[in-house]
Amino acid sequence: MNAQLTKGERQIAIGILLLIVCVGLAFAGAGKDGPLGVHGFLIMASGILGIFAMINGYFNPEPGDERFDSYYDTPSKIGLLLAMAWAAFGLFIGDWVAWQLAYPDLNFEAAWTSFGRLRPVHTTGVIFGFGGNGLIATSFYVMQRTSRARLPDQLSPLFVVFGYNLFCVLAVTGYMMGVTQSKEYAEPEWYADIWLTIVWVTYFVVYLRTLAHRKEPHIYVANWYYMAFILVVAMLHIVNNLAVPVSFGSAKSYSLFSGVQDAMTQWWYGHNAVAFFLTAGFLGMMYYFMPKRAGRPLYSYRMSIISFWGITFLYMWAGSHHLHYTALPQWVQTLGMTFSLMLLVPSWTAAANALLTLNGAWHKVRDDATLRFMMVAAVFYGLTTFEGSFMAIRSVNSLSHYTDWTIGHVHAGALGWVAMITFGSIYAAVPWLWKRDSMHSPRLVEVHFWFALAGTVVYVLAMWNSGIIQGLMWRTYNESGTLAYSFVDSLVAMHPYYIARAFGGLLFLIGALVGCYNVWMTVRMPLEAKSLPVDDIPEPVATGQPGLQPAE
Amino acid sequence: MFGLHYWLERKAIGFALCIVLIASIGGIVEIAPLFTIHQTVEDAPDMRLYTPLELAGRNIYVREGCYACHSQMIRTLRDEVERYGPYSLAVESKYDHPMLWGSKRTGPDLARVGGKYSDEWHVAHLSSPRGIVPESVMPPYARLLRNELWTDDLSDHLRAQRAVGVPYTDDMIANARADAIGQASPDSPLAEGVSKRYGDATAVRVFDGVAEQVTEMDALVAYLQILGRLTDAAHKSLVKAGE
Repeated sequence: MNAQLTKGERQIAIGILLLIVCVGLAFAGAGKDGPLGVHGFLIMASGILGIFAMINGYFNPEPGDERFDSYYDTPSKIGLLLAMAWAAFGLFIGDWVAWQLAYPDLNFEAAWTSFGRLRPVHTTGVIFGFGGNGLIATSFYVMQRTSRARLPDQLSPLFVVFGYNLFCVLAVTGYMMGVTQSKEYAEPEWYADIWLTIVWVTYFVVYLRTLAHRKEPHIYVANWYYMAFILVVAMLHIVNNLAVPVSFGSAKSYSLFSGVQDAMTQWWYGHNAVAFFLTAGFLGMMYYFMPKRAGRPLYSYRMSIISFWGITFLYMWAGSHHLHYTALPQWVQTLGMTFSLMLLVPSWTAAANALLTLNGAWHKVRDDATLRFMMVAAVFYGLTTFEGSFMAIRSVNSLSHYTDWTIGHVHAGALGWVAMITFGSIYAAVPWLWKRDSMHSPRLVEVHFWFALAGTVVYVLAMWNSGIIQGLMWRTYNESGTLAYSFVDSLVAMHPYYIARAFGGLLFLIGALVGCYNVWMTVRMPLEAKSLPVDDIPEPVATGQPGLQPAE
Repeated sequence: MFGLHYWLERKAIGFALCIVLIASIGGIVEIAPLFTIHQTVEDAPDMRLYTPLELAGRNIYVREGCYACHSQMIRTLRDEVERYGPYSLAVESKYDHPMLWGSKRTGPDLARVGGKYSDEWHVAHLSSPRGIVPESVMPPYARLLRNELWTDDLSDHLRAQRAVGVPYTDDMIANARADAIGQASPDSPLAEGVSKRYGDATAVRVFDGVAEQVTEMDALVAYLQILGRLTDAAHKSLVKAGE
């Protein structure tokens, strides 16, 4: 990795790492009585590790100007491998806690293995570890190619990738020690949040700097989505995490907002983490990799515009549908429901745009599991957004809220849409990045596809059933006009579905492990001498500045 | 419209600014008025603050992720009111930084669990949930009974709470540690201050059944027993609705 950094960048890197070590040392000292001290040591250790890596290759020859003749893909490669590792980890934890709900003794009575602590480990592992790394890696890849410009420097993209993963590690190890803000999908405490903000601003600056010297005058659709993802997530993250730490030496903080305002802010965040992390970012992925893999141009430019601005505007109103019939004022609930219903228009426009892109390439969908991953993802995207709008209706929500139906809905989106599009994009990008003709084993891609699809279907069906049964049991009255079932009755009724759900999750996990093996074998395949395809090089910088040429 | 976009998508900064602008509207319209419209949060003159022990218990509730399976928000639906009690009012979580309304009921709602069961029941149930409810899937928390409660920085906690708007007095902040120990040690001289600062109705007793030390179990049970009982407002509003 060092070999690609210039001497100046190596020096800056060592400077940044020294600073990280100092911060770690300060936390280790100030927080020695609690978990913050452990995190201080962790931060310090990662800084020292980085310094060793830098010093080790410090006197390697500098990269020459020939580096400008190719895209800078090292951060993407690291990000994709880390994404696969996080997928294996996050899915494993998820399946473990799923089995715990069927057989509670599987927590072995340790503090860190209880459901309450492991649940955010699972959600953060898959959403931020797997999804986030996939997004960062593919965004660098896509941005360079659609702008025909190399990343602006070698160091800052690496800082983004490694810094982001440090955040993820702080988050999941924190939960295991009981460090959490309790805000769903925003659990990390104040110091991790500040660190993520620094990483995220760097990420956006890298994006803008690359766009600034792009050779394509138009910014491609995929980049609109990646930009919305970066910007809006920053906005949500900062507002929802406003908090006052107990002291510099304490991991604990108290959120600035309380009660009803806090609830609304949290679900404005929570729902739009779904919108801009789990939807916009992955739509960016889809808008590049699906047309590329299918060899078909994007179906409609205008549909892209409608869906992009529709999603950007409407989603931000929808968060209050998480709070129907609560102490949130009804006018906010009504707004949330109304906008959730309108949201179906841009969502289905995006899904239709993707599926219509496949016209003329359906035979490839049949033969190529990678493209099939992407196609199924688009279908699940359409299904889940329909279900989401449906569940946002107050009367439907009165049944579905607090039940497993919500869990089923989330996993239809997370497994069926997010994970499928990511696996499809990874299977497309890995051979391109490592200059291979194909994946190590296309048959194993096929195996992964069927495991993933079967796992998703089993999972979602189990949770639909359990959720609806639960919701109905809670509101069933007997003839004498009293509630027919105790809470425990409903819990007993869940047992078979919890087993089925854990089994579905296991199938999905096995598929992902097959994927990890396949990616690893592809990366390790002996490299054949192969020249770069002509369309995979950036526009040379040295040829002066010719007028920008549109792509078509 | 598409012509305008054709122009906009060639401007990186302009495009970014448009995204921020368009995406801000929903949040501003829905969140900002919640701070300014007075009716959003009801008035409840009898509303009291969490004692330091209850706050410590609440922090354990957060630490263990109890909110992942238990909601604290009874909706305005007939079956919920009959199962759990009067529907929750906004004022009841006025001092909750952060709120713990929750989103999933793998276990039952806890908004009004305070006073519903005895301390002994809670200690036994938390120590071994399946010893009390054989069908339960809740993890056991027997270790809370062994962990001594960390009280050294409770003043810092109250000070941070005051910084975000909870009206703790200087007196409360200065005596946070003593009050935490006092609330779980009725026979000690520290117990008196708790009633003085937080009201005579505040429960001062040995919550975990072990008088010798103040444990995390004391704190968590003290917190569970106050849930839904910081104010009577919800009961009053239900009576009013029934009239």
